[in-house]
Amino acid sequence: MSLDNAGIEQIKADALSAINASQSLDELREVKIAHVGDRSPIARANQGLAEIEIEKRAAMGKLIGTARANINQAYDDKEKELTALRDSRALSNERVDVTLASNRNPRGALHPLTLLTNEISDLFVGMGYTVQEGPELEASWLNFDALNIAEDHPARTMQDTFFIEPLSSGLVMRTHTSPVQIRTMLENEPPIYVICPGRTYRADELDATHTPVFNQVEGLVVDKGITMAHLKGTLDHFAAKIFGPGVTTRIRPSFFPFTEPSAEVDFFYNGRWVEWGGCGMVNRKVLQAAGIDTEIYTGFAFGMGLERTLMVKYGITDMHDIVEGDVRFSRQFGSGGR
Amino acid sequence: MKLPLTWLSEFVEFPKKISVADIAAGFVKVGFEVESIDNPAEKIKGPLLVGKVLTIEELVGHKKPIRYVGLDCGEGKSRYVICGATNFVVGDLVVVALPGAILPGNFVISARETYGKTSNGMICSSKELGLGDDHSGIIVLDGKAKIGSAALKVLGADDPIIDIAVNPDRGYAMSVRGAARELAMALGLNFKDISSKALISSLEKKKRRGKITPVLISDKTGADQIYLRSLSNVDPLKPTPQWMARRLTQAGMRPISIAVDITNYVMLELGQPLHAFDSAKISGTLRVARAGKFTELVTLDKVKRKLAKDNLLITDDKKVLALAGTMGGLDSEVSEFTVAITLEAAHFDPMSIARNSRSHILGSEASRRFERGVDPLLAELASARAALLLIECAGAIYNGCSTKKTPLKKRSITIAASEISSLIGTTYSDKEIEKSLKAIGASLRKSGKRWVVTPPSWRPDLNDLPDLAEEVARFFGYDRIPSQLPPVKLASNGSSGLTPMQKRRRSMSLKLANRGLVEVHNYPFVSQSQMDLFGFTGDRAKTFKIANPMSDEFPFLRTHLTPGLLATAARNLARGEKSVALFESGSIFRNTETLKVAGNAPVGKRPTAAQIKQIYQSVPKQPLHIAGVIAGEMTNSGWWGKGRVVEWSDAVDLVRELIEDSGNEFSIEAVDLAPWHPGRCAEFRVDGKAVAHAGQIHPRVTSALALPEATVAFALIVDGLKYPESFKASPISVMPAAIQDISLFVDQKVSAEKVEAALREGAGDLLESIQLFDRYQKEGETQVSLAFSLVFRAGDRTLTSEEVSELRLKAGAVANKKYGAQIRS
Repeated sequence: MSLDNAGIEQIKADALSAINASQSLDELREVKIAHVGDRSPIARANQGLAEIEIEKRAAMGKLIGTARANINQAYDDKEKELTALRDSRALSNERVDVTLASNRNPRGALHPLTLLTNEISDLFVGMGYTVQEGPELEASWLNFDALNIAEDHPARTMQDTFFIEPLSSGLVMRTHTSPVQIRTMLENEPPIYVICPGRTYRADELDATHTPVFNQVEGLVVDKGITMAHLKGTLDHFAAKIFGPGVTTRIRPSFFPFTEPSAEVDFFYNGRWVEWGGCGMVNRKVLQAAGIDTEIYTGFAFGMGLERTLMVKYGITDMHDIVEGDVRFSRQFGSGGR
Repeated sequence: MKLPLTWLSEFVEFPKKISVADIAAGFVKVGFEVESIDNPAEKIKGPLLVGKVLTIEELVGHKKPIRYVGLDCGEGKSRYVICGATNFVVGDLVVVALPGAILPGNFVISARETYGKTSNGMICSSKELGLGDDHSGIIVLDGKAKIGSAALKVLGADDPIIDIAVNPDRGYAMSVRGAARELAMALGLNFKDISSKALISSLEKKKRRGKITPVLISDKTGADQIYLRSLSNVDPLKPTPQWMARRLTQAGMRPISIAVDITNYVMLELGQPLHAFDSAKISGTLRVARAGKFTELVTLDKVKRKLAKDNLLITDDKKVLALAGTMGGLDSEVSEFTVAITLEAAHFDPMSIARNSRSHILGSEASRRFERGVDPLLAELASARAALLLIECAGAIYNGCSTKKTPLKKRSITIAASEISSLIGTTYSDKEIEKSLKAIGASLRKSGKRWVVTPPSWRPDLNDLPDLAEEVARFFGYDRIPSQLPPVKLASNGSSGLTPMQKRRRSMSLKLANRGLVEVHNYPFVSQSQMDLFGFTGDRAKTFKIANPMSDEFPFLRTHLTPGLLATAARNLARGEKSVALFESGSIFRNTETLKVAGNAPVGKRPTAAQIKQIYQSVPKQPLHIAGVIAGEMTNSGWWGKGRVVEWSDAVDLVRELIEDSGNEFSIEAVDLAPWHPGRCAEFRVDGKAVAHAGQIHPRVTSALALPEATVAFALIVDGLKYPESFKASPISVMPAAIQDISLFVDQKVSAEKVEAALREGAGDLLESIQLFDRYQKEGETQVSLAFSLVFRAGDRTLTSEEVSELRLKAGAVANKKYGAQIRS
């Protein structure tokens, strides 16, 4: 074999074309043996350098070296290219229908009453209130007497209140969470800023809008200089947070034994006034029953039904959905609320 | 309280252009909810005329009487209609609906052929016009109506009736006069009151000497005022005037007879309940007295009532006449033969009447008013008004009056404008205080910078500064009160935020929801058969019974959350769920403590420390539980294959996770506890006390409730867990771990948990974690093989294999020593 410039160029051209023509890594491996390996023409040309006259050897050596580097570079590039191609084909074959993944794990949920209670608690805790709870089976003194509900009040009849046998036990299923207010006042000095959420009981048949077991949240504030304006402001804030910005409340005169002045609170929602609950300035007799000095302190209280709040907020039309524990109902609300 | 607008307008000067909606808004503004506004005339369309009966032809041969009536309706010629009523004669004025008229209920009147005649309209009854319940005959009008005029006007049917709810503190508003006073105040209109003096003196002028029934208040706690007005020469059969009958009907009462209707009319108008006795039936003196020796009374409703000793009665020298303020007696009732009447008007003690009403489960229009408080000064006026009406409408002669009364206690409240302003949160001037309190009927006197206020006699509810503050705020409208947030201060005990308990309840609930369980809130009522089925014994069999449950089947309070949860699970499955996972957090009720009886603590002042303690100790502890049930599959079936059926260990693992998460250390024991499977229930203990149970539900229970056999449940006493006081995080070592496996043979009676604890003890502090990775028991053998993987790690060095092999052997040695476990080589 003659070692001349044209010959080297030819060897290089043959090698590059063979490398470029390779379609797969297997083909490329064959090409490597033929054009890159120890017995390839370029390798042999390199070995033949020794036989060349000494004065031409350096130039020829450089020429072969450059050609060999070009071939190796081309080979490396092609190998990378074909490896990438092989890998991407393999991944492509592993493609799945990702939409197949579905409810392998059953979906849990919190009851919307729990979510609402948490939302209200967080709202008031954020304002600096604490959340007070108390027993559902309660002493009638705490449920009635301390709240200025006299022995002869209609609320104390069997039509309205669940009594525990024997009647001499003085135990009732609490008819509101107000006994928690009394306990709070008996156990703490003012200032008092609390809300009392919880289960309450009244002897109503279950129907679309009533349930004998329901939930309330009450608020109680006792401090120096508390006014009815503070009550109104708190209700406005509460309504806007629960029903959306811009929702306002109105209060109108009413009567409760435990507040004076008393009011009903409505909120304006979807173009109409909706009854929400009762409220007022804590009756002095109630403060006195807890030993709070009415010359120094005044207070306000409010209370509303959570079921009703939930029904209005989410357009629920039948109380049965809230009380029956059908998983399809609670799942609509998820575990973080809607 | 149903208030016809025309009646209100006798007491309120309405401007010409006022809408019913404005009037309703006025009532709401001062605290009376408007329950309905009803105007019967709005439900009637088309021609309705006054007609005079000209001829009556009785059509015979039909099942009922049928008349063919010729009428003059002012149309120039006679109109003939068929009529089934017989309560009219030729010459009567009647109400005729002409063809084209539409009556309530979309009842269209048209000319029609019937009974062989053409009927060109209809003669109407009250019921057909929606003006009352009376369908016994057609309406016969008073003789004054003009023939051919619009009958609705003559009937006064175009008269909206506003029904307001009256709160218990506002008894005075259970009358047209009282409600009108409030309305006039709300709308800033003139209130036209009855002149009491003029009315009483006009009656006195009519007095003719005659027999007077004497009166006595035998029990002064029962009444402080009574007026008896005696009348004679009464015509008991005189019909009630149409205007009066109409108003009674509008107000929801039924006209009965002239004397009764007059007492009812005056009660509705002025708020004073009255009773008309037949004077001939009263022997001697009429008295207000307690039942005492009297034991029985047959009341007007013909019910024989056993009297309680403290019932307040009206009696005479010999017998009971009435249950005071509640209902009259049948024997002394006015009848069609009554010619002499004794009108009784009294101010009874509200509590006594409430007790009368409650002890006989008998509420009446009278008792409802007395319970809420009737103006103590009203009896004289109201009885005079009724006597005048008896004279006017029943030809009676007034013989005179007997009365007994004790002077009223003087009430006055001293207030300052600033005190009212600072309670309400907006400024009211002295002028405003004066104006508003005068509007409700109070009298005011200035004393320095303060006002001495004497509330009106009809307002027993006004006794204190806040009572008057409400009146002032109400007068100017609650919408004047500004909206301000209070300057919230930290509680006196320094607490803020949620309590540890509240946080724990939330985090446990969220964890369970995120594990696929759906939260429910079950009623806490259970039945005896549920208690029996669940097999509760001991503390869980001791419950409380509701004296008046919603359902006689479910009178007990739950002692455990599982009965409710399993019932709700069954309901979900019955509704088509394939599997169900539920949880609930809530109180349970166990009657296991010796409870104090609260006794009669005082009201109006703080009870003593001892009394408070006694009240608190009358209430049982009601611990918070959190419990769950999973029935069917733990993971769903799908294209990936079958879901995994739930097993006992899933319930145990959930509880383990909840307790671990709370930072409490626990041990587990196998127990036999209903309603779980006797061999598949784990008891979790903290400090040796049971805090939770978990496992598979007893097959007897699942089969009775139609639940799958694979139903597991857990119940955790949230209150039973402690709140670790100070917690320090452990440093995390990055030295390599050395893993050693150990397999042991141990008797099947030894629980894995015990073996694991022994291994932990033997392995020492370098043991980082331990995991049971295999459990094997050959059929018929009493030994089980347990294989654990022990992970050792030191904080400061790489452990050598010699070190960890030795620790492994030490671990095995403790298991051997404690439980006879043999290490398999």
